[in-house]
Amino acid sequence: MIAFEEKDYTKRFDPNLWKKLGVFLKPYRKRLLVLALFMIALAGVDALFPLMSRYAVDHFIIPATSRGLGLFTLVYFMLILIQSGNIYFFIAIAGRIEMDLTYDIRKKTFQHLQELSFSYYDRTPVGWMMARMTSDSLRLGSFISWGLVDMVWGLSLMILIAVIILILNWKLALITLTVVPVLVILSLFFQKKILGAYRIVRKTNSKITGAFNEGISGAKTTKTLVREKENLREFQNLSRNMYSSSVKAAVFSAIYLPVVLSLGSIGTGLAIWLGGEKVVLDLLSYGTLVAFISYTVQFFEPLHEMARIFAELQNAQASAERIFSLLEEIPQITDSPEILETYGNVIATGKKEKAVIKGDISFRNVSFAYKNGEKVLQNFNLDIKAGETIALIGETGSGKSTIVNLTCRFYEPDAGEILIDGCDYRQRSQLWLQSNLGYVLQSPHLFSGTVRDNIAYGNLEVDDAKIEEAAKLVNAHEFITTMEKGYLSEVGEGGSLLSTGQKQLISFARAVLADPRIFVLDEATSSVDTETEKKIQDAIQKILRNRTSFLVAHRLSTIRSADRILVIRKGEIIESGNHHELINRKGHYYSLYTNQFLEERETVVLNS
Amino acid sequence: MNKMKILWNFMKGYRSLYIFSISSIGIATFIRFIWPLLLRITVDSVIGDKPLDVGGWLQPVFSGLFQQLGGRTSLIQCLWIFGLILVCLTLAQGLFLFFKGKLSAVASEAIVQRIRDKVYDHLQYLPFKYHVNARTGDLIQRCTSDVETIRRFLAVQLVEVGRALFMVGFALSFMLPMHLTMTLVSMALIPPIFIFAVIFFLKVKKAFQSSDESEGRMSTVLQENLTGVRVVRAFARQSYEIRKFDIRNCEYRDLTFRLIRLLAWYWSVSDFMSLLQIAVVMILGTYWSAIGMISLGTMLAFSSYVGMLLWPVRQMGRVLTDMGKALVSVDRIQQILNEPVEDSGTGNAQNYLQGNIEFRNVTFGYEHDKPVLKNISFRVSSGETIAILGRTGAGKSTLVHLLPRLYDVQEGAILIDGRDIREYDKKVLRKNIGIVLQEPFLFSKTLQENIGLAVENYTEADIRDAARAAAIDDVILNFEKGYDTLVGERGITLSGGQKQRIAIARAVIRNNPILIFDDSLSAVDTRTDATIRLELQKRPQRATTFIISHRLNTLAEADRILVLDNGMIVEQGSHLELLHKDGMYKRIWSIQNELEEELASEINDRNAELNVNNGKEIQIS
Repeated sequence: MIAFEEKDYTKRFDPNLWKKLGVFLKPYRKRLLVLALFMIALAGVDALFPLMSRYAVDHFIIPATSRGLGLFTLVYFMLILIQSGNIYFFIAIAGRIEMDLTYDIRKKTFQHLQELSFSYYDRTPVGWMMARMTSDSLRLGSFISWGLVDMVWGLSLMILIAVIILILNWKLALITLTVVPVLVILSLFFQKKILGAYRIVRKTNSKITGAFNEGISGAKTTKTLVREKENLREFQNLSRNMYSSSVKAAVFSAIYLPVVLSLGSIGTGLAIWLGGEKVVLDLLSYGTLVAFISYTVQFFEPLHEMARIFAELQNAQASAERIFSLLEEIPQITDSPEILETYGNVIATGKKEKAVIKGDISFRNVSFAYKNGEKVLQNFNLDIKAGETIALIGETGSGKSTIVNLTCRFYEPDAGEILIDGCDYRQRSQLWLQSNLGYVLQSPHLFSGTVRDNIAYGNLEVDDAKIEEAAKLVNAHEFITTMEKGYLSEVGEGGSLLSTGQKQLISFARAVLADPRIFVLDEATSSVDTETEKKIQDAIQKILRNRTSFLVAHRLSTIRSADRILVIRKGEIIESGNHHELINRKGHYYSLYTNQFLEERETVVLNS
Repeated sequence: MNKMKILWNFMKGYRSLYIFSISSIGIATFIRFIWPLLLRITVDSVIGDKPLDVGGWLQPVFSGLFQQLGGRTSLIQCLWIFGLILVCLTLAQGLFLFFKGKLSAVASEAIVQRIRDKVYDHLQYLPFKYHVNARTGDLIQRCTSDVETIRRFLAVQLVEVGRALFMVGFALSFMLPMHLTMTLVSMALIPPIFIFAVIFFLKVKKAFQSSDESEGRMSTVLQENLTGVRVVRAFARQSYEIRKFDIRNCEYRDLTFRLIRLLAWYWSVSDFMSLLQIAVVMILGTYWSAIGMISLGTMLAFSSYVGMLLWPVRQMGRVLTDMGKALVSVDRIQQILNEPVEDSGTGNAQNYLQGNIEFRNVTFGYEHDKPVLKNISFRVSSGETIAILGRTGAGKSTLVHLLPRLYDVQEGAILIDGRDIREYDKKVLRKNIGIVLQEPFLFSKTLQENIGLAVENYTEADIRDAARAAAIDDVILNFEKGYDTLVGERGITLSGGQKQRIAIARAVIRNNPILIFDDSLSAVDTRTDATIRLELQKRPQRATTFIISHRLNTLAEADRILVLDNGMIVEQGSHLELLHKDGMYKRIWSIQNELEEELASEINDRNAELNVNNGKEIQIS
């Protein structure tokens, strides 16, 4: 098992990355533009309100007249209407872009995952891939849409205000704006600190989740070891860390806002002082002073939103990098260009490759090592005739599963070739082979949905009669019909509503329905009760008839009936022959057989 | 409201911090309310020439101050004072905002820390039975996301409610003295805005929920696809999977977008009403000041106040619905805390046991009238090894679980060293009994820490010694980091047999007078099994040992074998004794003969090779 290593991500702004992201943004260029326009409009109206106050003061209050107030009211009302409309549209558009973008990212990533080879799945935890598809895609989508919203609104509001007050009175404007650079720098500084602090909080939080997980799953063990006190002490260390890092993060936020407010108030104070003096000297109208004061307050509002965006850029970039690291992973196993041209790939299937598989399989000088350097096969040779049943036995890690994986083309040989019906399988499409495979695993994997859905997974184009037929063949029909909704009963997430034996029978039915030429049973009969066990054995006998098949580590009764038994050790066949031959040889198979015989029989005696 | 009371109890010890925090926000809000007043005085009575008139209770305070500073004539020369006062007020307001932030963070985090510790501790002391039946996922969710919901409520929303109340209170006491009609006009739309917010957030709950649910469905498809990648590939169902995922992906996108559109609609309407409220103040204020009913400063002050009031009012809708969520979470946590913990038992503090055990007519069942063990009696003297054999569900595990009092007997008694185990302190009992469970749990610590988990002081030699006894020492030394290798998600994944052996080492290191192996050698091969048993016998102090096993050699080597069936001891005795009885034990031993016969027939019957279907004849029946 290779420990999965999380890469470190760059902290600087990376233009290349955002260029790559451009591909995703391309379909939304128009909408992003519209969104930006709405945000500018929103900022525009926001910036107009103080001017309206100025007009009211200078044209109605100071001259003490209400002439024209009707029109003023109408204009004001129109502005409100426009603004409400702006708000609706910008939220709806930004939301649309956010959802569409994350949808696209998820779709593309999922497709790519379907093409990636097993070697990728071997070294990547499912949780990691899940996180890319869920939290990272969402974070990136929302950063792009809502980030744009805040940036465009904030920038245009600040620019508009600066322009307006410069026009109103440039000297006063310049003086009140002196605090801006200080504020910008402080905001950036604080937002970085705050985000950094919250990152630590999140990390500690996931440790706490881990500790709860362990505390709950390990409670029984803890009890027998009388370790409650020590566990609590360890947990308290964690929760204390959580306390102090959370408080630290909260204190940063608690300092930031007052600092911005106070600095901002210097601008307003300057406006009152210097503006007031000008009003007294009649150099400035009352209305302008009022507008000035509003603007100095309004000006600083977008600032911390924008500082936040800049700080978040780093997180969004890390998300993007992780998503691209997945998307740029090159599938190890691909079809040749000619094949792709004629038959399409696994996603966009073109014509089906018609050639029927007979089932002759040959390994010619095959060498293979896993990505972690673990050499499994070297110069391995094996010839299997169509319709033969091969049992592979050997210890964990001996290479028996690898032989099967190579046969299925889940991996390809590093050297040598594997021939199917006399032709190197790399000259055919992956689909050609894999749509002729039947594969039943030790721990059967079912999908949420009905029993019927799960059986039909083997062949999507069959009717209910065929499905029932398949279920009857593997002795699954009986238990299915006793279920409340029969074939339409839900199996639960991962088949959790069924017993292991039932899941196994369904996965057999699924494989039967596919009517494969090559069949693999990978430790397919694990601990199930005797009754089910017998049914499964019956099913296996029926399924294997006339198909090239592999049995990996099995019950004796199944192994005995194999045409050929291969004992594998360290990637080599150390014994080969049928049951009788091998028993008479009194070698490895003989001792394996006797051991397993005793264990199997004992179970039978105990449970009789 | 019972839940409120629970929450109130959680807050014990930090309530005063909250009072300070809420007072701080009150003071900050108060200061915030002064500055429109200041603006009004500046505009009306300094720059303008109206007499100072703020009305009501404010009048004496401000006119006094105004005169102190020298009245209009001197103040008009030093307008900078007002700028300065504004900055000072903001600083003071900022200071109290900081207090509020810090105090509520300290209080909420401390309360949550206490809840976490309490729940964690409580869970550990819940009886064994609880954990056997527990739904782990649900429990973890309660301990994490429910706690987080409570935290958010305590850290943000609780204080926010305080702020809103202060806002309304101060607004009334500042605005009313200034102008009654203007006050009424300024507050006219506040109730509808508030009610709209509350109703909206209650109604939109469903949309939030359906978005969450569809995300769940999407994750399920994703997870099932990723974990079932072999099945997908083997059936070449990639394009089918892509379509299936696309349906969920679309559904999630559309449902979430529907939610966003609802929110867009809400904010648009709510903003419209808020802007309308501002407009009403603005236009009526303008009109009234134009006709001389109010002053310019009053109009300006009122527009400031309205702006300040609107935001918290709109937030309240959200806060109130979130408060509902927090109370539900409180309830879910309390449900855990209400589960009665295991009573550790007071008893005799004798710290060392000999290991003489007696079961006296013991009857036990998990449910009251369904006994799993019926009237079990037997004696074991110190140092004996007892093997237990029986089919699945015969009561083997239950029997050994009774010894460390993971469950208590219903009838009869178990005696250790002649004393009823219910008279012992459970902790003492468990510290003296090493039990290795069938599926042992390893903690995500290093191997060394895992082995030394249950002993206070250990040397490296102790660890190695225990590991050797469990036949795992050489395996560990083969790991790159040896004994410092981390176990679990961030470290290596051990095989079932390796885990069992670590658990054995963990039990052995304690040198307990009583050792129990609950089928805990099932995943190691026969040879290692034998090695471990040999090593255990070599240990300086021979423990009274119970081994649940199916392995013939293990059974044969025990001093005594108990055969359990249907909750009763059906056979009991040494290997030789039992071989002379015609029972289950003998039948199991006779399998060996069966095997030999079969092998003999295989070898003799060479012709059978030609018979391909031979296997079917000897199928297990």
